[in-house]
Amino acid sequence: MKCTRCRERAELALRSHNAAFCRACFLIYFNRQVERTIRQDKMFTPDERILVAVSGGKDSLALWDILIEQGYQTEGFYLALGIGTYSSQSQQKAEAFAKKRQVKLRIVQLEQEAVPVPLAAQFTRRMPCAACGTMKRHFFDQAAHDGGFQVLATGHNLDDEAARLLGNVLYWQTEYLARQKAVLEPSHPKFVRKVRPLYRLSELETAAYAFFRGIDYIIEECPNSAGATQLFYKDILNRIDAKMPGSKRNFVQKFMHSAQSLFARPEDSPPRECEKCGMPSYAPVCSFCNLVSEVERKHEHAQSTSKAEADSSKQTGQAEQPHLDETH
Amino acid sequence: MSVYAARGTVGVMQVKLLPQNQMLTFPGSMIVSVLLKKLDLLPESVMVIRGTRLLTEEERVQADDEIEIRSVISGGV
Repeated sequence: MKCTRCRERAELALRSHNAAFCRACFLIYFNRQVERTIRQDKMFTPDERILVAVSGGKDSLALWDILIEQGYQTEGFYLALGIGTYSSQSQQKAEAFAKKRQVKLRIVQLEQEAVPVPLAAQFTRRMPCAACGTMKRHFFDQAAHDGGFQVLATGHNLDDEAARLLGNVLYWQTEYLARQKAVLEPSHPKFVRKVRPLYRLSELETAAYAFFRGIDYIIEECPNSAGATQLFYKDILNRIDAKMPGSKRNFVQKFMHSAQSLFARPEDSPPRECEKCGMPSYAPVCSFCNLVSEVERKHEHAQSTSKAEADSSKQTGQAEQPHLDETH
Repeated sequence: MSVYAARGTVGVMQVKLLPQNQMLTFPGSMIVSVLLKKLDLLPESVMVIRGTRLLTEEERVQADDEIEIRSVISGGV
């Protein structure tokens, strides 16, 4: 197979574009796609400071890499979720990336600042991914605000958007459809503009970019993602796309450019500030603070219960001791 | 999924699946698209890597080749 641009041997075929690329031409194509997305969707300008949320995975590191290449002012933000070796390995990847490119990476440890994701999932009825999402939203917003950034960029790709859109459409989640945008303008002075510059590029494209650029990313999947609905949606969408190349891209892009505005709602009154943490919230206490309080309360209760049980069994043991002695 | 052991003089292709970290072997050479079909994998969901290069579906992988098939799908929720 030959490269569509230069006729050299291709390394990557993109069925949805009816094209194939050699390494050099793919990097040019990828670069242009990101450039065009940022410009057409009016995401940010070179004067603005961008906080890039990085996980150590291919998408976020590919995003950070290309924004650095395009000359934007970026810093990275890594949230250590406390998910065993997966978290420690992904942190190492993010740190190594930042060190190699001599860019600043801010790190927040959930264990120190709140509660790690596994504990949150254990002590609440939430799925680990739901607890994780709540934590990420809070700390990303807070880091962007505290650091004086104008923009928060995440590495969501075309497949992420397609899976999210399919889920929202299947259940006609009109509130979520109203908010599914590549650019989310701030609704409160403590929020910054949120952007997704990779939303037109597929997961295969971001992985190939990371591979060609020699980005050392974490290949292992989060242990909590096994059986996740989003992975099922992605598989279904890829199966449809294999039969009808380009359908996944069309699904997302037509929604973003033609259908999304149909779900727009009149602006709600702006959020107030959470009584506990001061970040924007529609309720007196934000979902993050509610989650942390719930986990702390249940954790304390579990600890005091197990301590009481241990004390009780100790006392029982002591009481039984004379009886045992008597038998000897 | 078909997994064959080496037989006779036919060379064996080593295939490493990531992130599962699973090693498989296949006898002889074959086209990448055939290999992916044997593994029930969609071309859009993986990168097929030989050494430092990516392989397209039309390319032939040879017996004695060491191939890495790396999933590109990630996500939660």
